[in-house]
Amino acid sequence: MELIFETAQKDRRGYSLPPIDVELRKPEDIIPSEYVREELNIPQLSELDVIRHFTKLSQLNYAVDTTMIPLGSCTMKYNPRIGEEIASFSKFKNVHPLSPSESVQGTLRIAYELKELLKELGGFAEVSLQPAAGAQGELLGLLLIRAYHKDRGNSDKKKILIPDSAHGTNPATAKLCGFDVVTVKSDTNGELSWEDFLKKLDDEVAALMITNPNTLGIFERNIKRMAEKLHEKDALLYMDGANFNALVGIAKPGEWGVDVMHFNLHKTFATPHGGGGPGSGPVGVSEKLKDYLPTPQVEYDGRKYYLNYNIPKSVGRLLAFHGHFSVWIKALVYILMCGNEIDNVAKYAVLNARYLKYLLKGIFRDPYPQSPCMHEFVLSAVNLLRYKVTAADIAKRLLDYGFYAPTMYFPLVVREALMIEPTETENPDTLKAFAVVMEKIVKEARDNPEILKKSPQKTPVKRIKEAEANRKPIFRFRVEKDGVKAPLA
Amino acid sequence: MFIPHSPEETESLLRELGLVSLEDLFSHIDKELLNSSFNLPTPKSEEEIRTFFKEIAQHNRDLIYFTGAGSYDRIIPSALEYLISRGEFLTPYTPYQAEASQGTLQAIFEYQTLICELTAMEVANASMYDGASALAEAVLMGRNIRKSAEGKILLSEGINPLYKQTVKTYLTNSAHQIEEIKVSPEGITDLSLLEDYLKKERVDIFVVQYPNFFGFIEPLKDIGDIVHKYGTIFIVVADPIALSLLKPPGYFGADIVVGEGQQLGLPMNFGGPYVGFFATREKYIRKLPGRLVGMAQDIEGKRAFTLILQTREQHIRREKATSNICTNQNLMALANLIYLCLLGRKGLQEVALQSLSKAIYLKERLKSLGFEEVFSGKHLWEFPLKKENARKLWDKLLKKGYMLGIPLENLGLKNTLLIAVTEKRTRQEIDNLMEVLGGELD
Repeated sequence: MELIFETAQKDRRGYSLPPIDVELRKPEDIIPSEYVREELNIPQLSELDVIRHFTKLSQLNYAVDTTMIPLGSCTMKYNPRIGEEIASFSKFKNVHPLSPSESVQGTLRIAYELKELLKELGGFAEVSLQPAAGAQGELLGLLLIRAYHKDRGNSDKKKILIPDSAHGTNPATAKLCGFDVVTVKSDTNGELSWEDFLKKLDDEVAALMITNPNTLGIFERNIKRMAEKLHEKDALLYMDGANFNALVGIAKPGEWGVDVMHFNLHKTFATPHGGGGPGSGPVGVSEKLKDYLPTPQVEYDGRKYYLNYNIPKSVGRLLAFHGHFSVWIKALVYILMCGNEIDNVAKYAVLNARYLKYLLKGIFRDPYPQSPCMHEFVLSAVNLLRYKVTAADIAKRLLDYGFYAPTMYFPLVVREALMIEPTETENPDTLKAFAVVMEKIVKEARDNPEILKKSPQKTPVKRIKEAEANRKPIFRFRVEKDGVKAPLA
Repeated sequence: MFIPHSPEETESLLRELGLVSLEDLFSHIDKELLNSSFNLPTPKSEEEIRTFFKEIAQHNRDLIYFTGAGSYDRIIPSALEYLISRGEFLTPYTPYQAEASQGTLQAIFEYQTLICELTAMEVANASMYDGASALAEAVLMGRNIRKSAEGKILLSEGINPLYKQTVKTYLTNSAHQIEEIKVSPEGITDLSLLEDYLKKERVDIFVVQYPNFFGFIEPLKDIGDIVHKYGTIFIVVADPIALSLLKPPGYFGADIVVGEGQQLGLPMNFGGPYVGFFATREKYIRKLPGRLVGMAQDIEGKRAFTLILQTREQHIRREKATSNICTNQNLMALANLIYLCLLGRKGLQEVALQSLSKAIYLKERLKSLGFEEVFSGKHLWEFPLKKENARKLWDKLLKKGYMLGIPLENLGLKNTLLIAVTEKRTRQEIDNLMEVLGGELD
């Protein structure tokens, strides 16, 4: 498809502004001459040019609205449209973040109600809504852990224990916060090895960062015992809440002894991923960490909602303002619509995953057959290597059959991993259709592996030469005057 | 809600799995871990939700904003809101499977291109959470470029204080000291203080905002000349609308340029979601945080787009990654791109000039009522003004539905309001404000 710069023409116009009703100033009158901009290459297009271009672009995407996206760990469930409608109320959208509390009581009430519901669902003493995404929630979590140990004079606590199956963000965040990463092994059940955990748990451990259910989709049954052991050493338990959708309404991590957990509102609470953002990563904490939360916190004094900036031991702030407000609205809408039946979200997420795994386990290798899966599962395509077919080939071939692909090559503890998460919003017919396609693909791998190697064929572009794109990176277009057609640099 | 299974389907799935009830799915987990009780309301229907939130919305008061400080009330084209609501943009995930994500990938590539154009930099990433966190990541990147574990990071006083706090939070763990250079009576970075400081000490990074928090146009040329003499990494926080009129930081040797994209087509939304842009020099590309999209070819030679240089990122490099960021602020970056395409160069400059002209109109009117300028520098559409009892006046105006900027008393500027005007404000609104204000001053 053409780039937008290749369709632009001089002097086209796609906007309308009201006529200027005060004396028009010229840049030269105000700006010192050496700072007046001379050239600016932004394309000129008509409104229809723009609508056509981006509508056509959108049609090149696979999305939840068009197909099942079984991306393990990403929880690509249906995003109810009522959330979009409520979030678009002008009374909510047109509010400046520094507006005084008395003029934004509605906005603050939404924040407060969401905070209270997340506390209830997670079993936490307090929740900060500020983090922009799960990864920033992790950052906050580790900053809180740091602040806690610093406050208590635990200067020797510099290690974070992280399972070998963890998300890449976990070690990246630990490092960003100045901790040393110590990897703990998974056992043959796919759970964190209790022995290895005990072996690595010494006085220098600041916290364990664990995902539950973990990235293999397996429930960590020792989680409460781990919390107890950690607490004996004044170490803390961080739970990555990426997979909280398997627990919502059936368990409270705070009651297991989890000291801090981030929620991914875009996963568990069905807010749209937008092709990679916005997310929202609120963080729940136990009593121990309450005093260190970022400013401001939304509070209610029985009469009025207000923003509390008076948190003397706060770690500071992570964003210029309060967080992803419109995402909060959508999450609150979702929670209120599910209400006290929200446990069905977890139950059906697990039912669908368990069922799909049951349909697929005969054709791939199940690395942990003795461990029932929760909301997602990992299979290994190692059995197809003998046909020189890889997990990536299977993923690409799935695109031809109209499905998005599972997460591949993750977690790292499983070779040729295919990590599949159907979510509760897919109906059984779709799961069966997906399984039928997978069977076809495995048969193709056996009979005619070339088909897989050459896939995808039906997508807008065929398999991309990734290595080449990385060798000579082209990361921008050179635009000429007014964005009119210009050659590549 | 939102679960499609009929009772028969549920039963049949359970039966195939050899289970009786949904609870049996969890039988391998110790009961003690699952016996929580929850205090939750009964489910609400769509119509009840609508009614509930309409009622809540009534508790927000409509204000007419003459307020900026990092978030601006600007006109948003209808076509933009329509396009970013399309399910094909709204409901995919980050483009792991490039062949099935060309729409998102090409849009990011176009976004990267326009950020490079705006800033006159060589490479821009796929976006960050917001302007403040983009600055924090820029400082971390600057630290990596300088390969220093400790040293000085110098911020101009004229940086948004909320950005400064964010940088400090991200650098909690760092052995770097963060210090500030005061602004001069012109409201811009004091150049002689800056030069004296750099002469004395090794400074790894210097950060300035353009125009700065107080609205004044920082002399990037002079600043660039000074900091480059000392090999200091030069980071600029830039206002993207202002860059349609101002010579971009890339011309003055900036090493990293970041900023807030909210003004490019996003509603104020009480502060988020916004989007940070992040641009740098090609020589630093491997230190860049976040996603980057590149142009590629498919096996038949057709143009295609894909994520590139992923070996910088957390899912590959784990603790050696350049940042812990997972993805980008994709839908917001898309909104920025569509905004820029709809407005074009001319529209963008018109937005800027209208804002500027209306700001001067308001400022002159306020001065005629006894408001005084605090600094003598050149500003665009944001400026501080001083008046006795400014805070009381501000409170009174709020009651009448106007937010006349923000009081700066927390920054030690008593009786001072930081006021901003956008193209969305009309002469009528300004005249009405003046009438109300005149009444209060009588």
